[in-house]
Amino acid sequence: MLNMTNEQVKKTAEFFKREIASLAGSRKVRLMEVCGTHTVAIFKAGIRQLLPVSVELVSGPGCPVCVTPNEYLDTAIAYSKQPEVIIVTFGDMLKVPGSSSNLGLQKAAGADIRIVYSPQESLAIATENPDKKVIFLAVGFETTAPIAAAVILMAEQAGIKNFYALSAHKLVPPALRALLMAKDTHVDGFLLPGHVSAMIGMQPYEFLIEEFHTPAVVVGFEPLDILQGIYLLLKQIQADTPKLENQYGRIVPQRGNEVACATLDKVYERADATWRGIGSIPLSGLAIRENYLSFDAKTNIPVRVENTKEHVGCRCGEVLRGNILPTACILFGNSCRPEHPVGSCMVSVEGTCAAWYKYGAGRWQG
Amino acid sequence: MCLAVPGKIVEVQDLLATVDVSGVTRKISLMLLPEAKVGQFVLIHAGFAIQEIDEEEVRKTLELFKELEEYAEHDQ
Amino acid sequence: MAHGSGGKLSHDLVKNIMWPAFANEILGEMHDGAQFAIHGARLAFSTDSYVVKPLFFPGGDIGKLAVCGTVNDVAMNGAVPLYLSAGFILEEGFPIESLQRIVASMHKAAAEAGVHIVTGDTKVVEKGGVDGVYINTAGIGYRLDGVHISGQNARPGQDIILNGYLGEHALAVMGERHGLTFPQSVVSDCAPLNGLVAQILAAVPQISVLRDPTRGGLATTLAEIAMQSEVGILLDETQIPISPAVQAACDILGFDPLYLANEGKMIVFVDKEYTGQVLKIMHSHSYGEQARIIGQVTEKPTGQVGLRTIIGGVRLLDMLIGDQLPRIC
Repeated sequence: MLNMTNEQVKKTAEFFKREIASLAGSRKVRLMEVCGTHTVAIFKAGIRQLLPVSVELVSGPGCPVCVTPNEYLDTAIAYSKQPEVIIVTFGDMLKVPGSSSNLGLQKAAGADIRIVYSPQESLAIATENPDKKVIFLAVGFETTAPIAAAVILMAEQAGIKNFYALSAHKLVPPALRALLMAKDTHVDGFLLPGHVSAMIGMQPYEFLIEEFHTPAVVVGFEPLDILQGIYLLLKQIQADTPKLENQYGRIVPQRGNEVACATLDKVYERADATWRGIGSIPLSGLAIRENYLSFDAKTNIPVRVENTKEHVGCRCGEVLRGNILPTACILFGNSCRPEHPVGSCMVSVEGTCAAWYKYGAGRWQG
Repeated sequence: MCLAVPGKIVEVQDLLATVDVSGVTRKISLMLLPEAKVGQFVLIHAGFAIQEIDEEEVRKTLELFKELEEYAEHDQ
Repeated sequence: MAHGSGGKLSHDLVKNIMWPAFANEILGEMHDGAQFAIHGARLAFSTDSYVVKPLFFPGGDIGKLAVCGTVNDVAMNGAVPLYLSAGFILEEGFPIESLQRIVASMHKAAAEAGVHIVTGDTKVVEKGGVDGVYINTAGIGYRLDGVHISGQNARPGQDIILNGYLGEHALAVMGERHGLTFPQSVVSDCAPLNGLVAQILAAVPQISVLRDPTRGGLATTLAEIAMQSEVGILLDETQIPISPAVQAACDILGFDPLYLANEGKMIVFVDKEYTGQVLKIMHSHSYGEQARIIGQVTEKPTGQVGLRTIIGGVRLLDMLIGDQLPRIC
């Protein structure tokens, strides 16, 4: 959408690089991005190469796949073993480890697991397989949750009776609050998720300034968006004037998408939720409302789930809170690698550890 | 959770739009963006249009970036 | 099994199971094919099995792929492919018309490549035994005099040339999965490159690394070479050709075009003094019109591939692990 030549992009980037270096000076600054897509965009653009060493970019709990607890995966895996069940999922979930297996392995062993781009594809699958129970693995933050809600409403409208959702949606603002309330958190500014904000607007983040005086900027995903976001945060930090700014005005309106929020609110209500590696955060998740429970997998389809086991030595929680870099975890690169991940941070492409491993610790030592 | 792409609506039938992304097309639901019209640019995620793209803001962003590019040039 | 899509898992299967079992020097050299001599004749020999679905796609079919794939593997050893074998495993009830189409396609591809299919085999297995048809082809040819191609021969300072657009085959095969409709322009790039290779080597026999970035894509192929040659590779993102349609599909589904399979692309490593000559030859050939320099070989960091990004940063490229899957994150 931004029609610029490669040369123009490069020169604009040079402006930001210079300004960022001058604003940061020798002060050590830690900025956190809270969106897995930002984690990957930062690595793919090679942004760290352009930042002074004093500006540290850490990844927070922004990868919805990574924060999904073992128990959810174990439940999905248990369902996949039931012959009358078809599991429908985003590709992201396929390699996430449960206590003793993952959906990819189950699929290879013959389970009916289908990968979709849109949850809407579940409805066609349900209609074509009336004797099966189609369970959609509904994960994601506020960008995706309204879509799951919309698909449930579509199923209701079409009278589809064999479609269910196994929901584990999470909300970003409560996670940010929990993060800032934890004693050992030290973050100087947030790069806020542009597409979550496209749905929820700006208002849900105001508490970051009002209660915690922490600079925050809603940021897009192009390399220049991210550079501008970092630049704006550093300006705030230098002037000691924490503000909530919107760098992504071309997509994010002040009020977000009210139709999407209303759709979400019709089907889901807030509930306490468990975040892998962090624990329970009050009202940070979504549960299907009582009048839509006919679409809830766990309410309608009995399943026996194995006892959940967490992996010893895994420091995903600290990584997710931005307190340690992946390299501080002894499992990183050894027993925990993308092809055999131990913790959730290594599984999703967007997980901090996976991104770190795949894209390198950020700097080309050429 | 944020993989979303801008595309242009080339056709609308009730709440179903055909969206064109650099020549690649797909049917996208407008259930979450019911006011969207043919010719508009929208952001699509998981088969749904989730937000309008504000062309005025695009222009402003572009203008700003190009201005900054010139600062970089001049100070060389 | 995620092992078939190329990349680290296939690599590990071969390394941990096949090599130890078959252990010999020729295999140990890890080319895309085997290089050896018989009574002084310097030969290259390669094999591949084709299980692509769907069988017919824009720009080609499993038959064309089976011929071009093996022709290219032999050619990438600095050799002139001459003879192919073709083994078919058919599912009972496979439509005769489809088989006829496939075989005609193989004949056409072989004719263009100037090779002959001289031996083969056909087996029919019960329904469900295979999915439609699987084809294995093996190819043999003679290595050109004075030419020594190996994945271990990359040297710091060399230019890296790519002959054209990435990801076209992968997208053509993906077809209308997930509801995406591609413009007519997205067509498999499946093509026999042996003619172009021969022209390049006739003019510049000093070329020491050639490879076709098939499964696992450009990034995996370069990662392998960087490791084998113990060099670094630094690419320029702004020089890597990816069409808007391929980029769009990748953006929508969350794929990375650097890891998509190509069937008509080749990478040439060349000493700088010969780059101009090689480009000239490629530009005059229909499979090389879009050729350009995409990067250089560096001394370090050894075994690593970096991509200088559009904003001047550097991204590291690892080998592909498992399959790329559509994602929302």
